[in-house]
Amino acid sequence: MAAMIEALGLVKRFGPVTAVDQVSLAVGRGEVLGFLGPNGAGKSTSMKMIAGYLLPTRGTARLCGHDVLAEPLAVKRVLGYLPEGAPTYPDMTVAAFLDWIAAVRGFDGRERRARVERAVRLASLGDVLFYPIEALSKGFKRRVGLAQALLHDPEVLILDEPTDGLDPNQKAEVRRLITAMAPEKAIIISTHILEEVEAICTRAVLIARGRIVADATPAELAASNRWHNATTVVVREAEAEAAEAALRALPSVAGVERSPRPGMGLVALSALPRERHPIEGMVRDALAAAAIVPRELFVERGRLDEVFRDLTLREAA
Amino acid sequence: MRSVFVIARRELAAYFATPVAYVFIVIFLVLLGALTFSVGNFFDRGQADLAPLFTFLPWLFLLLIPAITMRLWAEERRSGTIELLLTLPVALWQAVVGKFLAAWAFAAIALTLTFPMVITVNVLGTPDNGVILAAYAGALLLAGCYLAIGAAMSALTKNQVIAFVLAVAACFVFTVFGSPVVAGFLAEALPAGVLEAARRISLIGRYDSITRGVVALRDLVFFATFIGFWLYANAVIVEWKKAG
Repeated sequence: MAAMIEALGLVKRFGPVTAVDQVSLAVGRGEVLGFLGPNGAGKSTSMKMIAGYLLPTRGTARLCGHDVLAEPLAVKRVLGYLPEGAPTYPDMTVAAFLDWIAAVRGFDGRERRARVERAVRLASLGDVLFYPIEALSKGFKRRVGLAQALLHDPEVLILDEPTDGLDPNQKAEVRRLITAMAPEKAIIISTHILEEVEAICTRAVLIARGRIVADATPAELAASNRWHNATTVVVREAEAEAAEAALRALPSVAGVERSPRPGMGLVALSALPRERHPIEGMVRDALAAAAIVPRELFVERGRLDEVFRDLTLREAA
Repeated sequence: MRSVFVIARRELAAYFATPVAYVFIVIFLVLLGALTFSVGNFFDRGQADLAPLFTFLPWLFLLLIPAITMRLWAEERRSGTIELLLTLPVALWQAVVGKFLAAWAFAAIALTLTFPMVITVNVLGTPDNGVILAAYAGALLLAGCYLAIGAAMSALTKNQVIAFVLAVAACFVFTVFGSPVVAGFLAEALPAGVLEAARRISLIGRYDSITRGVVALRDLVFFATFIGFWLYANAVIVEWKKAG
């Protein structure tokens, strides 16, 4: 499978500051790459360079085999791009704006109407079609930007924070939309929201201080965390001491963290495994041996937020 | 060409989407009328022509044309839509020319609305309408030059006020080089060669001769080249800003 989005050693310097340093990645059809990183890490700058808006200091990017520096027009035709902050022309109505985008993209007559209708349907903009964009809420503005990016059914989508400013329902809707389109396209999204990465991304790239510090599936990232396979049991307060002692006695358990659940007379005990090995069976056996019946028992996959903190802060230190 | 037209259509509509267009046109017509009738002694001259109008027009343009161009690129940069525009499948020159043509069309609309003056002189006397037509063409060309300068200045900044001030300053420079007062002053300070070069790139001398009805090919070529140069500069500035 040929990569449809390729970044080849992208470097961007602003004066003495290196904002992006040797970013290389490849995204194939069917992949949704989640671009993660703290604010100012170089996510948006990298996306701007891949989209051909910002010229790289070194390196280049290719979309569907077209080089952004050598064939900018070919790149722009295959690309749907939602820039940072979803900029749109505030004094145009949604309908006029999308019609203009369709005209710029070279669609005419019936096809143009059909394209606009489809984009309006995908982004659920039917109710605000004739409102000036400046009168819309942040969520609607974001969806207008999304509709604009999807209008020509592009092979490559680069979406800078597509769900920023949306309420939970709208977020879910946009995620569903992205997941539905994913098999046909190569997609890069940037986000701060880690659950979003787990929900829709097939791969996560973590960037800190302009450098890629991790490039793996969300599951692999989670598996690298000390909470991977950690097993939490919820027991009654009266049994907490005995349960904790039983868990600590297990050789495969590195430690136990205790967190009370106030008001319910319950305590959650999280057993962290050594070397992230599965310990669920041992925990069940140990509790059974101590004659304790847990109210709840669950195994964690690993905490992405901790992975995020570890990788980005380690780089900064 | 299609993309140029699509871009120009949106830009032109944008002028009329806000009160900018109406305020501009009203102020332009009121000021031009006031200058023509009071300062220009339109009636007392006893001549059926529009010379007073076309004498003041460059100085009015100097202040008002930059107001048309100041938002062209600065506003796109401030609101971030430039990122959208430059990632749509249009070549940079198409965006540059489209924006310029929209501004030029708007200036043409404002200029066209001075037609009651043409009717007035035709009612009062028998003017040489050929000269008046040539003068309008000259005014449109001069407006085009100022617009091209203003558009390039707008590409330099995301602040519309800065774009406006830069444009007024640049237009002023290219205007006054030709005026006799400045030429007389500069003659003492500058060597003859420099003075001659300054006179050649000045707009006002060529504009004056067209408004007198002398339409010379070399002046038309000059105006076209001047506009072309500034549009090219505009594209270079936008491209240069892309480098961050």
